[in-house]
Amino acid sequence: MIADPTNAEAAQTADAAVRLSVARPGDKGVIVDVRAESHAGDHGVDVSELQRRLLEFGFVEGARIEVLHEGAIWRDPIAVRLDDMRIGLRRRDAEDVWVLLDAK
Amino acid sequence: MSDAALSGASLASAPLANARVALVGNPNSGKTALFNALTGSRQKVANYAGVTVERKEGQVATPHGRSLSVIDLPGTYSLRARSPDEVVTRDAVLGRLAGETPPDVLVCVADATNLRLVLRLILELKAVGRPMVLALNMYDIAQRQGLRIDLDGLAREIGCPIVTTVATRKRGIEDLVAQVEALIEAGGLNGDNTWREPDAGQIRDAHREAQRILKAHVRAPERPDTFTGKVDGVLLHPVAGLAILLTLLFVMFQAVFTWSKAAGDLMTEGFTAVGVFVAAHLPPGMLTSFLTDGVISGVGSVIVFLPQILVLFFFIILLEDFGYMARAAFLMDRIMGGAGLHGRAFIPLLSSFACAIPGIMATRVIDNKRDRLTTIMVAPLMTCSARIPVYTLIISAFIPNRSVLGVLNLPGLVMFGLYAAGILSALGVSFITRRLFWRGAVEPFLMELPAYKLPDPVNVLRSLYIRGKIFITRAGTIIFPMMILVWFLSSFPGAPAGATDPAINYSFAGQIGHFLAPALAPIGFNWQMTVALIPGFAAREVAVAALGTVYAIGNADASPGALATTLQHHWSIATGLAFLAWYVFAPQCASTIGVVKRETNSWLWPAVMLVYMTGLAYLAALIVYQVAKASGLG
Ligand SMILES: Nc1nc2c(ncn2[C@@H]2O[C@H](COP(=O)(O)OP(=O)(O)OP(=O)(O)O)[C@@H](O)[C@H]2O)c(=O)[nH]1
Ligand SMILES: [Mg+2]
Repeated sequence: MIADPTNAEAAQTADAAVRLSVARPGDKGVIVDVRAESHAGDHGVDVSELQRRLLEFGFVEGARIEVLHEGAIWRDPIAVRLDDMRIGLRRRDAEDVWVLLDAK
Repeated sequence: MSDAALSGASLASAPLANARVALVGNPNSGKTALFNALTGSRQKVANYAGVTVERKEGQVATPHGRSLSVIDLPGTYSLRARSPDEVVTRDAVLGRLAGETPPDVLVCVADATNLRLVLRLILELKAVGRPMVLALNMYDIAQRQGLRIDLDGLAREIGCPIVTTVATRKRGIEDLVAQVEALIEAGGLNGDNTWREPDAGQIRDAHREAQRILKAHVRAPERPDTFTGKVDGVLLHPVAGLAILLTLLFVMFQAVFTWSKAAGDLMTEGFTAVGVFVAAHLPPGMLTSFLTDGVISGVGSVIVFLPQILVLFFFIILLEDFGYMARAAFLMDRIMGGAGLHGRAFIPLLSSFACAIPGIMATRVIDNKRDRLTTIMVAPLMTCSARIPVYTLIISAFIPNRSVLGVLNLPGLVMFGLYAAGILSALGVSFITRRLFWRGAVEPFLMELPAYKLPDPVNVLRSLYIRGKIFITRAGTIIFPMMILVWFLSSFPGAPAGATDPAINYSFAGQIGHFLAPALAPIGFNWQMTVALIPGFAAREVAVAALGTVYAIGNADASPGALATTLQHHWSIATGLAFLAWYVFAPQCASTIGVVKRETNSWLWPAVMLVYMTGLAYLAALIVYQVAKASGLG
């Protein structure tokens, strides 16, 4: 498993919402929040720009999401199905997308 | 709309005699396919996002006698342009280019099976205040999936007419033209441009609106595409996926050598026979020398590599049309990232296997300037198809045609090694650049993984034909004039009376070659090679042609034969290997340098490229030659 230092924070958000960046293949659920808060300066663009890009790609509250695949090295990047689209993205860019996972 | 009344009105009073129509939409929705169907052009169409990176214009005549000028644009998810290709689209749609008005009609091209994001884009486009038609493209796939779209309701909701199209089959084209023309004739629909960059809240609102529209008018497909998911299960598997990618590349480069051997040999024999025929039937003299040595031995020695080029492109086209490129980029992302390359650099680099020029153009999809520049600087290290003639020639001359481990073939293996050397050096150079000069944040990277499509054989053949034509045209337009020059320089001035050496030693080319030879002696190059390298800066294949001509003129008495055989007699193995090493790195392509100048808008970067690549080439050739000589291959 990937260490998840944000679990405590996650618990407060919504009942069991997790960052998309820690989801594993097979996880599915609904996006409940797309924020603009991950460490600034790390992304090459500021966080609100990253947020807008995520939104424009369809990472928007209410969208259904399922993690399909992950890369071989450090399990990165991940491929997700977002409603009707398939999208590949890096875990570091997925930190601000919070997903409420379906009960398994 | 009172269509009949309007179109019945005299054309003179119609608002516009000719109009400009722009195709906009999400990436990979079929804009270029539609553009080709409308205008009869042959712009590149492929199954990944970011194929088109510049605007292209074409004409179409309407039934009412107008001439529409249609503009194909790069795909985008938003008018909020971030990368250079998206800037092109934004500026064209908003009419921001100097001396240009906004298009008279927008045609929004949508992938009917994937409407959510484009609906949001449509809401943005409506703010531009131009009349718009929605082309629901890929309608064949939508129907196959049993997708139910309430066209009338949707049209009412978004407030613009809808046409269903199948661009690749040219279906719905007349309808589309008719609708565009109806909008022009209706005239007066232009509103004010109220478009502003949306903030996060507005993007969310637009999504909500798009979602509502979607829910009201589109019913989920009855038979959704399960093929893509199944194939991805294998191709994106962390272990199997990487293994398949490597195998694919390996088979591709082996095939370039082995599949085309028979056809290539046949063409070589053909040219030799023509040479012999010409030499036998024309009186000896300048004209005969020009034809046999300059044209047949020169240009012909390049054209014989057509089969190799076609095999390479056959693979590339299949992978592009199938939808594999985005998957390869996905699989390689960590490795590329480790070398400091942006995720979106992968497809430009892969395109550089064909030719560095489209590869460098394709870097326009990269938004960050430094990332883009790094990619531009390493793109020419990828083995472009112009190196194939050089590699194949030297390999067939110096590498024994043995099989290795029963199934592999040694020349094919060396070919693969040369490709690998190109890839590794590109990664290495970018790694060093990022470490030494441009540390810094990594840009976000999101990429659509398109649904797989089975390549259409007719399309594949057409694309192959276009590639073949480009290759032959290059032979005619770049290589042929260079060969005239090389032939001239190698033939004049003639030998003085009583000379004992071959005449070419006294020619301009011989003098230049002898003058520069000492500089290239440490890397094992003789003066003939020096002569070939200089025009080789025009284009890589020219070196092969120039060697053909120089050796043909040099061996006046020898009967014309395959160039590979000639080289075997004149070069040591060490020299042959050093020549290969040189060509992995050498920046011998004037058009690449030119395009780097254009894309970076400065002479600095092409100069840096020229210097660093030449330096690497010299170093690599030096090491290879000296090591090979020390191992007794000198
Ligand atoms: N089945 C089907 N395939 C289509 C249709 N139109 C386009 N395609 C395929 O869709 C893919 C994308 O087509 P393009 O025309 O390159 O898309 P584009 O919108 O120009 O893409 P970008 O230039 O990257 O923005 C190609 O593989 C086409 O063959 C269609 O109507 N039906
Ligand atoms: Mg296109």
